[in-house]
Amino acid sequence: MTIVSTCCPFGLSNVTKCINFVQIKEAKTMVKYNFKKITVVPNGKQFVDIVLSRTQRQTPTVVHKGDRICKLRSFYMRKVKFTESNFNEKLSAIIDEFPRLKEIQPFYEDLLHVLYNKDHYKLALGQVNTAKNKISKIAMDYVKLLKHGDSLYRCKCLKVAALGRMCTVMKGIGPSLAYLEQVRQHIARLPSIDPNTRTLLICGCPNVGKSSFMNKVTRADVAVQPYAFTTKSLFLGHTDYKCLRYQVIDTPGLLDREIEDRNIIELCSITALAHIRAAVLFFLDISGSCGYTIAQQASLFHNIKSVFKNKPLVIVCNKTDLMPMENLSEEDRKLIEEMKDEAMKTEMGASEEAVILEMSTLTEEGVMFHVAMPKSRDDQERLPCIPQVAGEKEKRKTEKDLEDENGGAGVYSASLKKNYILAKEEWKDDIIPEICDCHNVADFVDSDILNRLEELTSEESLRKAEEEEVGFEIEGEELTEKEKNDLAAIRKKKALLIEESRLKKSNAQNRAAVPRKFDKDKKFTRKRMGRELSSLGLDPSSALNRARSKSRGRKRERYDDLSNDAMDVDVNDDEQHKKKKMCLRSKSRSLSRSRSVSRPPHEVVPGEGFKDSSQKIKAIKIGHKSHRKRDKAARRGEADRVIPSLKPKHLFSGKRGNGKNQRR
Amino acid sequence: MRLVKCWFCSSTIYPGHGIQFVRNDAKIFRFCRSKCHKNFKMKRNPRKVKWTKAFRAAHGKDMTKDKTFEFEKKRNRPERYDRNVTENTLKAIKKIDKIRSAREAKHIENRLKPNKQKKFLDDKKEHEQHIHLVQAPGSVTGKIKVDVSEKKSVQNEAMEE
Repeated sequence: MTIVSTCCPFGLSNVTKCINFVQIKEAKTMVKYNFKKITVVPNGKQFVDIVLSRTQRQTPTVVHKGDRICKLRSFYMRKVKFTESNFNEKLSAIIDEFPRLKEIQPFYEDLLHVLYNKDHYKLALGQVNTAKNKISKIAMDYVKLLKHGDSLYRCKCLKVAALGRMCTVMKGIGPSLAYLEQVRQHIARLPSIDPNTRTLLICGCPNVGKSSFMNKVTRADVAVQPYAFTTKSLFLGHTDYKCLRYQVIDTPGLLDREIEDRNIIELCSITALAHIRAAVLFFLDISGSCGYTIAQQASLFHNIKSVFKNKPLVIVCNKTDLMPMENLSEEDRKLIEEMKDEAMKTEMGASEEAVILEMSTLTEEGVMFHVAMPKSRDDQERLPCIPQVAGEKEKRKTEKDLEDENGGAGVYSASLKKNYILAKEEWKDDIIPEICDCHNVADFVDSDILNRLEELTSEESLRKAEEEEVGFEIEGEELTEKEKNDLAAIRKKKALLIEESRLKKSNAQNRAAVPRKFDKDKKFTRKRMGRELSSLGLDPSSALNRARSKSRGRKRERYDDLSNDAMDVDVNDDEQHKKKKMCLRSKSRSLSRSRSVSRPPHEVVPGEGFKDSSQKIKAIKIGHKSHRKRDKAARRGEADRVIPSLKPKHLFSGKRGNGKNQRR
Repeated sequence: MRLVKCWFCSSTIYPGHGIQFVRNDAKIFRFCRSKCHKNFKMKRNPRKVKWTKAFRAAHGKDMTKDKTFEFEKKRNRPERYDRNVTENTLKAIKKIDKIRSAREAKHIENRLKPNKQKKFLDDKKEHEQHIHLVQAPGSVTGKIKVDVSEKKSVQNEAMEE
């Protein structure tokens, strides 16, 4: 896939052409690792603490010696198993989250090897795995033993032993855990280099100007300093060219030595060179201000050229401001030509354009990807265009102005309904009903509610008509008025009988059975009999006559009758009147009990101890005077702050009805 | 302002009454009074507590399925205010209420009807068996009242005519 480069004043278009040859590598199905999201690896001691405290909190803690043996066993087995599963979980998480070197991109694999030593890394993970297996085995063994534990003490000892051994295992892998934590912290900070996108790789001797180029071209802010090895690891930047995104990788400087002698930092850049399919920009410092002559740089180039196989290569001669190309000596020029030849060899579609570039990052000459100003196509001047409206900025009347006009904040209240959009303007001031007759109006609102109501009413009338028809047909039999009254009387009588019998039964044990002749309640009187017989519909006269002859004296009887049967209908009214006068007033009052009567205080009631009314009045006055002073002082008296009953029965008994608890 | 239903007894809760309980799973329980609230805290099932609407509905004592209930439905879309529609709605609410209560009464009546016959028979039997407590067999209780009322009713009829 070639792109014909249009006439572009800058030379790096060649690079773009080359990059388009890069094919996207097919992604293998592999486990997705996220280096930034590896869980923290606690060190040995912390690990043990975490798991043990978890066991403590999340399993039951109380067990008694007197419990059943199966309960004791299961209690301790649960603890051992829980601890084991926790360890298992956490160690598995570590093993899963740390990348396996075989399963990640070879670039990362090499990088990790360079940084952390593949063998050490594998060893550490292997140790974690063994620890996991050991812990599982311990748990299994001890659970088997616990199944046969015969006392609380023995079970407890077994559990302590199990947990102890697990913790010792963890202690053993302590150093591995510490190492893995370090690795994790470092891994998370690696730049996420995507080995599959368009990439530019910048390499060269130390201090030639790679980082400054990086800074110019991308938004990365790499440290640029006069000393060598300022850049110590790979840095990543992104840039756009012709609407395509490019990754730019800045590497630490390379020294001219054997691969075995190289230090970690250099190996980083070598790895990057080796694995990432990128267009390589080899930077040359023409001026020699980096401390290396062109010859030295050339020899470096030739050393590494094996790595550049199949990669489009561009030689960049930097720092032309210090020494322009023209001033180069013959030798130097020859060396550069050699490099160029090499570069040409890598070029896939042999193009005529130079594969060599001159630039100066300082003066920004020759540096591409300048963002600053759009290149002026022609000499027309284009001023910034501001639309008319923005310039005028007319003041419109705000609500605040309105408020101020009408008297300020306290006086004027803004009409929130002003801007309502309704079908008719006059509706704006309506108060919208929300509640009607225990219903929410909003639930009923419907544009065709009238129609539905019509249907409903018609249905209802139909239903009513049906009902009436049916109602006429089926009319249940009913008791007559007389029968109903009789039934009520029957029920009342029955209830009374039941009450009596219950009373008798309950009192049977407590009280002596009094013979009938000592009839205290006067139940067996003649009058009573007569009354009851007549209410039953019989004529009592014959029975009464018979009874009269057998009764005691007439006089006593009459008196008894009078005092007890005051509500006797049969007794003559006149007689009753006469007898009443003979009785004491107070007694009759208490008997009649029709209404309570209050009397004025000056009336002397017999029995109060006063000579006459005036004496009583005087006594009352003296009484009032004696407590008047104290009342005025408003001090606590006998009647104040007394709760007569803390738990009045009427507030604490009975079912909860619909009322408040103050009243029930 | 919205009227809501008590979770326990299903009565309407007016604004300013009752207590609202929000559980950890964000379910809201509203109670009309402390009676319902205390019953809820006791973990009582309203479908088993006799005086609640839930019990009555679950045991078929009250009418549950009817067209009148479909008029009342919570709509989550706000409707633009329209005076005529609101007026009609208010009138309709009253009518619907009347119809609904008539139907509910009928439902209960129908439920109790079959028992009426049974009750009548029981009453008749009781009256027959225990009349001796109130009235001696073979006699007529002297109730002058009956005659008077009959005369009165006759008089009234005469007056009306």
